[in-house]
Amino acid sequence: MKRIITAAVTAAAVGLYGAAAQAESLKIGFLATLSGPPAVLGQHMRDGFLLGVKQAGGKLGGLDTEVIVVDDELKPDGALTKVRGLLERDQVDMMAGVVFSNVMMAVYKPIIDSETIFVGGNAGPSPIAGRACSPYFFTTSYQNDQNHEAMGKYAEDAGYKRMIVMAPNYQAGKDSIAGFKRHFKGEIVDELYTKLGQLDFSSEITRIAAAKPDAIFTFMPGGMGVNLVKQYAQAGLAGEIPFLSAFTVDETTLPATQDAALGLQAGAQWAPNLDNAANKEFVAAFEAEYGYAPATYAAQGYDAARLIDAALKKAGGKGDKQALMAALKEAPFESVRGDFTFNTNNFPIQDVYVVKAVKRDDGKYVTETVEKVFDDKVDAYVDECRMN
Amino acid sequence: MSATLFAVQTLNGLQLGILLFLIAAGLTLVFGVMDFINLAHGVQYMLGAYLAVAGYAITGTFWGAMLIALVGALVVGLLLEALIFRHLYDRDHLDQVLATFGVILFLNEAVKVIWGAAPLTLPMPDLLSGSIEIMDGLLYPVYRIALIVAGLAVAALLYVLVSKTRAGMLVRAGATNAPMVSALGVDIRRLFMLVFGFGTMLAGFAGILAAPILVVEPGMGDNLLILAFVVIVIGGIGSIRGAFLAALIVGLVDTLGRGFATDIAKLLLSPSAANDVGPAIASMLIYILMAGVLFFRPTGLFPVRGG
Repeated sequence: MKRIITAAVTAAAVGLYGAAAQAESLKIGFLATLSGPPAVLGQHMRDGFLLGVKQAGGKLGGLDTEVIVVDDELKPDGALTKVRGLLERDQVDMMAGVVFSNVMMAVYKPIIDSETIFVGGNAGPSPIAGRACSPYFFTTSYQNDQNHEAMGKYAEDAGYKRMIVMAPNYQAGKDSIAGFKRHFKGEIVDELYTKLGQLDFSSEITRIAAAKPDAIFTFMPGGMGVNLVKQYAQAGLAGEIPFLSAFTVDETTLPATQDAALGLQAGAQWAPNLDNAANKEFVAAFEAEYGYAPATYAAQGYDAARLIDAALKKAGGKGDKQALMAALKEAPFESVRGDFTFNTNNFPIQDVYVVKAVKRDDGKYVTETVEKVFDDKVDAYVDECRMN
Repeated sequence: MSATLFAVQTLNGLQLGILLFLIAAGLTLVFGVMDFINLAHGVQYMLGAYLAVAGYAITGTFWGAMLIALVGALVVGLLLEALIFRHLYDRDHLDQVLATFGVILFLNEAVKVIWGAAPLTLPMPDLLSGSIEIMDGLLYPVYRIALIVAGLAVAALLYVLVSKTRAGMLVRAGATNAPMVSALGVDIRRLFMLVFGFGTMLAGFAGILAAPILVVEPGMGDNLLILAFVVIVIGGIGSIRGAFLAALIVGLVDTLGRGFATDIAKLLLSPSAANDVGPAIASMLIYILMAGVLFFRPTGLFPVRGG
């Protein structure tokens, strides 16, 4: 009953004050995968975003901000229906989030076609960075190939001659290996493609041990990565054959792999120990608020909220959409990753690092930067983007 | 490719088979004896792993964790039986599938609410944390050997229970003709409850044993459930012996397929085509095997005699 009264009062208020009342609030639809095994990724991204909103006093750009968090369940068709609801029923001012590329590809076009500003929090598939780029889409994450390319470059620079690469047998896995090969010029002794959701890696580990490569590179997201990392360590390979990875060793999997992952390496554009004031504040605030260490997804979500906040302030509110888009493009905020500018395709130009898993003094397992692989990395698809 | 490599891959396959057997045994027991399709078997496996993680947090030892998890898995299983499953025994299989699928959704979500979405871990017991070098540069964890031993022990125990004891005889009789056994004065409901509780504990036990080598996360049982069904269909539904042998076959076929399919494809195709074809075939092998078995032996390789 109370809710009905509130709704009635709100409706009356909107009716009375019309546009004036609306202009003082901001409604953001936030799409994230929050169920099933990959829910932890969506959780990091959402928590990071909500922390950004909270730190702005619940008012991004001074506007009362309502974030409608929606679970896409990693189902592209279901996500599409939910996004239509956000756009048409809830009339959101902006969209944000999205963890997985297949969901992104499903919801991207309807959002862009409705001329709604969309700030991506993770997925960065190549079509969106290239041919299908849009002035309405910005991302605070990366183009998908970035971390794989970084590991390829790192392996090349480290002088590895013989490598084994391993990824799940699906599109993202193939893309990962292709990205790795872009900068690695040595010999790939073996390409191992595993089943999606594979549990036991002893067969692959045996092959690796038999081939004795200089190092391996793998993309094994989520629970698969946990299985692989544990079994890799248990087979005694962790200290012997360097383990380079992307989206495999991070703060979402480290609580499960713990000591088994220590020393394993990954490519990332951010780590909790990056030395800048914005990052220090973010990591401390995040851990105080949620009690766990943030992963890149959390940092990206947080940056998304702070980007929106800063752009709204710069544009003087949400009224003039063109001005707001221009303000977003300037990225007028202090990113937790330090250097951050948008390229012409609205994907970040940013530094990329090799990070490794460490155990912090307080007992938490986190990643830590080892060295910078790319300075101001530009993605490989920007030239295909014709923004109009 | 060397004989050593082949031998090690065979060992890997047998070990995966044993793990599959631990899960499939409870499933085939419940399905075969009670004619009840329990899709929730996979989440009961998950629950075993989660309860073990919780037990470890309380007791600080693997063995304490195992005890707590076994008791917990049994309690939850019996609760589920009393609250939900008992009312489904007389319904058709579709109703059972729907209801137990609901239990999957409920428990996966419940686990996430209680323990969070992030994957968890259970450390190995110190006693079994060593390893032996079985190939140059490759260590084989003692824990995995212990897992094989545990699987064989469960197989032996089940064999003795089902074929040599009075309870086992009643169970077999109940499976063949429940009303008749009931008419002879045996409390068939109680018997079924015992079987179900035992099956649940087996699933939980498998979850506990798998926790130190596999990820503990919501939905961890869903993939394994499918494999377990493949195993019991190949082995013959309700047959413990069939489940055991089929699990070993599936484990071997899957592991050797993954280990060598690409190499074999490379003999016939260009390397890049082989990299496409090899893994695709490897991941289909067990399903092809199942289809073949269903075609030639619709009741499975080792059907229950007189069943």
